[in-house]
Amino acid sequence: MNDWIDIGTLSDIPLRGARTVQIAGEKEIAVFRTGDDKVFALVNECPHKKGPLSQGIVHGHSVACPLHNWNIALASGEAQGEDKGCTPTIAVRLEGERILIAHPESLRVAA
Amino acid sequence: MEFQDGIERSTDYETALIVPSADVREHLVVVGNGMAGCRAVEELLARDAGRYRVTIFGAEPHVNYNRIMLSPVLAGEKTFDQIVINTREWYDENGIELVTSDPVVTIDRPGRTVTAQSGRKVRYDRLLIATGSDPFIIPVPGKDLPGVISFRDMKDVDTMLEAAADGGDAVVIGGGLLGLEAAHGLTLRGMKVTVIHLMPTLMERQLDEAAGWLLKSALEARGQTILTGADTAEIMGEGKVEGVRLKDGREIPASLVVMAVGIRPSTALAREAGLDVGRGIKVDDHMVTSDPHVLAVGECVEHDGNVYGLVAPLWDMCRSLADGLTDRHSGYRGSVTSTKLKVAGLDVFSAGDFSGGEGCEDIVLRDASRGVYKRVVVKDGKVVGAVLYGDTADGNLYFDLLKKGEDVSEIRDLLILGQAFASGGSADPLAAVAALPDDAEICGCNGVSKGQVAASIAAGACSLDAVRGTCKASASCGSCTGLVESLLALSLGEEVKSGPKTMCKCTSFTHDDVRREIVAQHMKSIPEVMHKLHWSTPDGCSSCRPALNYYLLCALPGEYVDDQQSRFVNERMHANIQKDGTYSVVPRMWGGLTNPRELRAIADVVEKYDAPMVKVTGGQRLDIFGIKKEDLPAVWADLNAAGMVSGHAYGKSLRTVKTCVGSEWCRFGTQDSTGLGVKTERMTWGSWMPHKFKIAVSGCPRNCAEATIKDFGVVCVDSGYELHVGGNGGIHVRATDFLCKVATEQEALDYCAAFTQLYREEARYLERTAPWIERVGVEYIRQRIVEDDTGREELRVRFLYSQSFSQEDPWAERAAGHKAELHQHLEPLAPQELAAAE
Repeated sequence: MNDWIDIGTLSDIPLRGARTVQIAGEKEIAVFRTGDDKVFALVNECPHKKGPLSQGIVHGHSVACPLHNWNIALASGEAQGEDKGCTPTIAVRLEGERILIAHPESLRVAA
Repeated sequence: MEFQDGIERSTDYETALIVPSADVREHLVVVGNGMAGCRAVEELLARDAGRYRVTIFGAEPHVNYNRIMLSPVLAGEKTFDQIVINTREWYDENGIELVTSDPVVTIDRPGRTVTAQSGRKVRYDRLLIATGSDPFIIPVPGKDLPGVISFRDMKDVDTMLEAAADGGDAVVIGGGLLGLEAAHGLTLRGMKVTVIHLMPTLMERQLDEAAGWLLKSALEARGQTILTGADTAEIMGEGKVEGVRLKDGREIPASLVVMAVGIRPSTALAREAGLDVGRGIKVDDHMVTSDPHVLAVGECVEHDGNVYGLVAPLWDMCRSLADGLTDRHSGYRGSVTSTKLKVAGLDVFSAGDFSGGEGCEDIVLRDASRGVYKRVVVKDGKVVGAVLYGDTADGNLYFDLLKKGEDVSEIRDLLILGQAFASGGSADPLAAVAALPDDAEICGCNGVSKGQVAASIAAGACSLDAVRGTCKASASCGSCTGLVESLLALSLGEEVKSGPKTMCKCTSFTHDDVRREIVAQHMKSIPEVMHKLHWSTPDGCSSCRPALNYYLLCALPGEYVDDQQSRFVNERMHANIQKDGTYSVVPRMWGGLTNPRELRAIADVVEKYDAPMVKVTGGQRLDIFGIKKEDLPAVWADLNAAGMVSGHAYGKSLRTVKTCVGSEWCRFGTQDSTGLGVKTERMTWGSWMPHKFKIAVSGCPRNCAEATIKDFGVVCVDSGYELHVGGNGGIHVRATDFLCKVATEQEALDYCAAFTQLYREEARYLERTAPWIERVGVEYIRQRIVEDDTGREELRVRFLYSQSFSQEDPWAERAAGHKAELHQHLEPLAPQELAAAE
């Protein structure tokens, strides 16, 4: 059994944008919606200097961190190009229009 | 003599038209003013410019244009002028007589004359037939109805554009290249398009089944209906086209039917003249027909049993023809063809035989997420065919291996990975280009080989534009721009006059190119720009999106809808993000002036939201630090209530107008610098710029406001106002250039508006005034702003017009609850337990 948390509908997130979710006791999560309507969730911290990724420009399946323009792959959380680092990802799935994310706690247990 | 239309013409008329020329040179008459005819003449001129007197007859009213580029004209990506290959001047400069709108209708071989439709008759010593091909019209009922057209010349394009202006349904019969291009253009022009294709997969002659399927899916995703295995029974309609009925009974409504099922050599003229004609006009290796005085070239000929419908063979034929005409017989040996195309913006390539079969081995690479499919067919250790879809960069490599018939056994494992790997493990793109042989084709549109580009560079063409101007490589569709640049880099090394760099990795166009095309093609949105300029990424990157957003905003004031997702965080949040993710807030203080009410409001905000720091900025404002994104709207509401608006300290925009106290208080002040500063800020605030933009007004040459390190600076003197431009602090401090001196405050404001607008319209995104002015020269700025009174006034008017839409306080909107989601977290529902996903 996994805990899935319903965080809203697809249309709550702007196309090529992100919203944040705060779950008690956990780090802030950024939920992204890409141009092709895929949804990804990452801890809202760039591996570089903890910039809020939710505020970056979303392009393709990447986001550019607003602080120093590191590009982070949404699917893996890995920094792209010459930069090295990784942001934890959170499992996310769509059920119709609803967005469900795995409880971050289960992620920690799994990791 | 007989005339095709049977009209009698008097002997007088006839003789009057054969004017004995004083020119004693042999007379070459060319029938057909198209790509083959003109290219043949070009090749001839290149070898021996003065040898022949040349007359060209054309059926169309135009000079020679690039027929391959009709699709971009239909799609609105190019204008007719942009696809002209030979201008009027070319004909004039080379002493070529051009007869347009007058097709040749008969050839009298014994008399060595040709007669055109108008009755005009000329004598030839050599005749060159380059009549090209005719569209094939399938013999179904209704084929002659008005509204049924082919896709072959500019007239067809005009007809399609006219039909598309009314919208509605269109049917394209034929799912080959031409049909799909027509369908793409009509879709872009707003028609609902159905493609009817007889065969089970699209472009079956160029693509295998897998690539054809990928193409079909991509086109369907763009809104076209593709019917494969569909056989047309009838074109329906009373007096004009109303629809198409298929043999299976389906009916498709249509106000326009484009028939693009194929072409066949145009041979009627030659046949009537009694020349040997098979599928095409039969020619030998020197392009000579069965009559030694008559030559033929291009799509209308049959050589060694083959007819060709692509441009590359045509270039080869023209070379052999010109060699023959100048007594250096080289001989055409037939062509192996490849097809590298952009269909509806999708890259496809094919070459050789990819039907597979016994003894053939397929090497296949599929990358579904990138939409890439590559297949190389190898037989007996040699490449015999290749099909590429989605990424055609290595088309030249495979085509070259195929033509050479080299044994590829040793590189077989890496072959499918392309040039970088197959040529020895080097991923250096320059090395890959260096490895290409001299005869490798660089530019498919204009048939230019690597050797020709290199020769052009050796002859002094040291920039991309110069190469385009001299050998025409990359002058048409531009898809080989990267290759040409690599060749420039290879040949010239450090000396490359590298043009402006491309905007980012998503495009091969420069900032200036993109901007020019946005204006020229009246583009209205970021997706439209990316589509029309063939962006290589689905939705750009964090470099190009903000730039495109700015260029569109600047080009279409009041019309363009700002794309928030293409704004950097600060411009989206209207505050400056700090390293901890909180924001700093700078309210506007006009000219650096403030009052007790504003100061109280700021003090209250600092206390109410527990801001850890307040600081005076370099631009004479107060900066409140440590505000959380959730609190921003409430902070703004409080500041708005005291009459303050956004200070735009966060934007590529007018930041501040810094002032000194001026004549009102200062014993040295010569003019009212604070007053002028406030007026200037009222005029310029809220304007988006290529980069941040700072202004200052100093009341005397002591220059306390530091006006000479600002983008626009005013230094007041007794007799007026000195205007300075292009300064900045920052990493490379640059003092301003003196622009001019004006007498009145109003003039200072007018020049400021004009200069600002010139910068907005002509500087590249993220280029500040200092590097911009160093690039274009202060003389240029002076000429536009100081010397050209009319131009300055036009700039000023455009700036004020643009400002009429931009001076809305963005804070007030947000404080009123607009875009509240930008400042709020998503609210999770209570956790629910669900069965684990299988």
